[in-house]
Amino acid sequence: MDSLSEYFQSYLTALETYDVVAALWVNIQLTFWAGLGSLVLGTVLALMRISPVPSFRWAGAAYVNIFRNTPLTIIMVFCILVAVFQLQLNLSSDFDFNFFLWAIIGLSVYHAAFVCEAIRSGVNTVPLGQAEAARAIGLSFLPAARLIVLPQAFRGAIAPLGNTLIALTKNTTVATVASVAEAAGLMKTMIEFRPDVIMAIFATFALGFVVIVIPIGLLTTWLSKKLAVAR
Amino acid sequence: MAAPTGAAARAASGQPLVQLKDVNKHFGALHVLRNINLEVTKGEVVVVIGPSGSGKSTLCRAINRLETIDDGDILIDGNMLPSEGKALARLRADVGMVFQSFNLFAHKSILENVTLGPIKVKGMKPAAAKELAMGLLKRVGVDNQAHKLPAQLSGGQQQRVAIARALAMKPKVMLFDEPTSALDPEMINEVLDTMVQLAKEGMTMIVVTHEMGFARKAADRVIFMADGQIVEQATPEEFFTNPKSPRAKDFLGKILNH
Repeated sequence: MDSLSEYFQSYLTALETYDVVAALWVNIQLTFWAGLGSLVLGTVLALMRISPVPSFRWAGAAYVNIFRNTPLTIIMVFCILVAVFQLQLNLSSDFDFNFFLWAIIGLSVYHAAFVCEAIRSGVNTVPLGQAEAARAIGLSFLPAARLIVLPQAFRGAIAPLGNTLIALTKNTTVATVASVAEAAGLMKTMIEFRPDVIMAIFATFALGFVVIVIPIGLLTTWLSKKLAVAR
Repeated sequence: MAAPTGAAARAASGQPLVQLKDVNKHFGALHVLRNINLEVTKGEVVVVIGPSGSGKSTLCRAINRLETIDDGDILIDGNMLPSEGKALARLRADVGMVFQSFNLFAHKSILENVTLGPIKVKGMKPAAAKELAMGLLKRVGVDNQAHKLPAQLSGGQQQRVAIARALAMKPKVMLFDEPTSALDPEMINEVLDTMVQLAKEGMTMIVVTHEMGFARKAADRVIFMADGQIVEQATPEEFFTNPKSPRAKDFLGKILNH
């Protein structure tokens, strides 16, 4: 019993030394901005993949196949080693913020491929007749996509988009290779300096991510039911 | 307006509104449209009938280029049907289309279904579009359902909304691709009545249908298609009482004797 409370005491001192919540907050910020970035880029890619122009379709498919099949770590390392160090493409004069932005870009370009495919699966839930009716009243491709097809496709794609968002949330830990001070990096530091409470440290970060991710799953399940298109 | 029914009386002069010249289309090895030549004058109501697989739906869909054609020309009001892009979209706005499966925009209300085209394609003010739409919905008898979603309406009501949606674009010609084939029997008449009313008001219509009663009542001309060809065309009176081709006799024998 004594040893248990001792263990708990040393765990508390570890939490006092290292700010776990602040580190997880960085992951949440990465998730938010990369989620937004990949949603925008993924929507554009999905539009390209369903467009009537063959070269757009080809380019969209090429993007998806390249980025979906490349490990995220490699994309992240590429962003830092090639974009920042080799090409000196600095997005901010602030050293840390520059890496933070590049981490968002790396996460966005990678997950956009998955978002694109999720939206495309949503497009498949929209009957062909909807697009035909839109064309028949004189809408050209983009307005028909914006007004008729995509609004229904997004509703059909909420569940797979939610899965992508959950994967993205956990993949933000890869930002640690871009020297972003987020949870996985902090965990590594804590394990290094406080090996006495290693199990508790693991549990803390695992629980931290579970707490962040569960609401996303609940929200997307609820939304996909609420927003389902009645046919 | 009370228009006379004879096509000749209505089509006093000028070029045909819809013109197909030597139109051919293949689906792979299947030759679905064979040298189709067809002229529809303003105000004329043409009913296209024929066995399934005869190419009548494809013909209807080719007229607003939902189906491409391999060769030949299609002209709407003297203008060649453009192949893609903005010009095609503009021309499609002049050609109303009613589908077998209604195809109302599932995520938009009945009213929005009708106002969308006028607002987004013609740039009409929302208030004016709403007024136009409510008038049209009243005309087809579903104005009291304006704020519901399509899935909340019966098939017959949905199809009448689809007719109102097409009319809202003030089309020069209306295409009907088997508009009653997906309906329960008791809802067929409410849609046909709307179409008969439209024909009486002088709308140019091309109707693919199996409803012989509608053909007798409203058509100026019946076109009989089989195997991708126009086999026979005549007034409904003449076609139904005295079909000339063996294919038409055979077809009518099968559908009228029960």
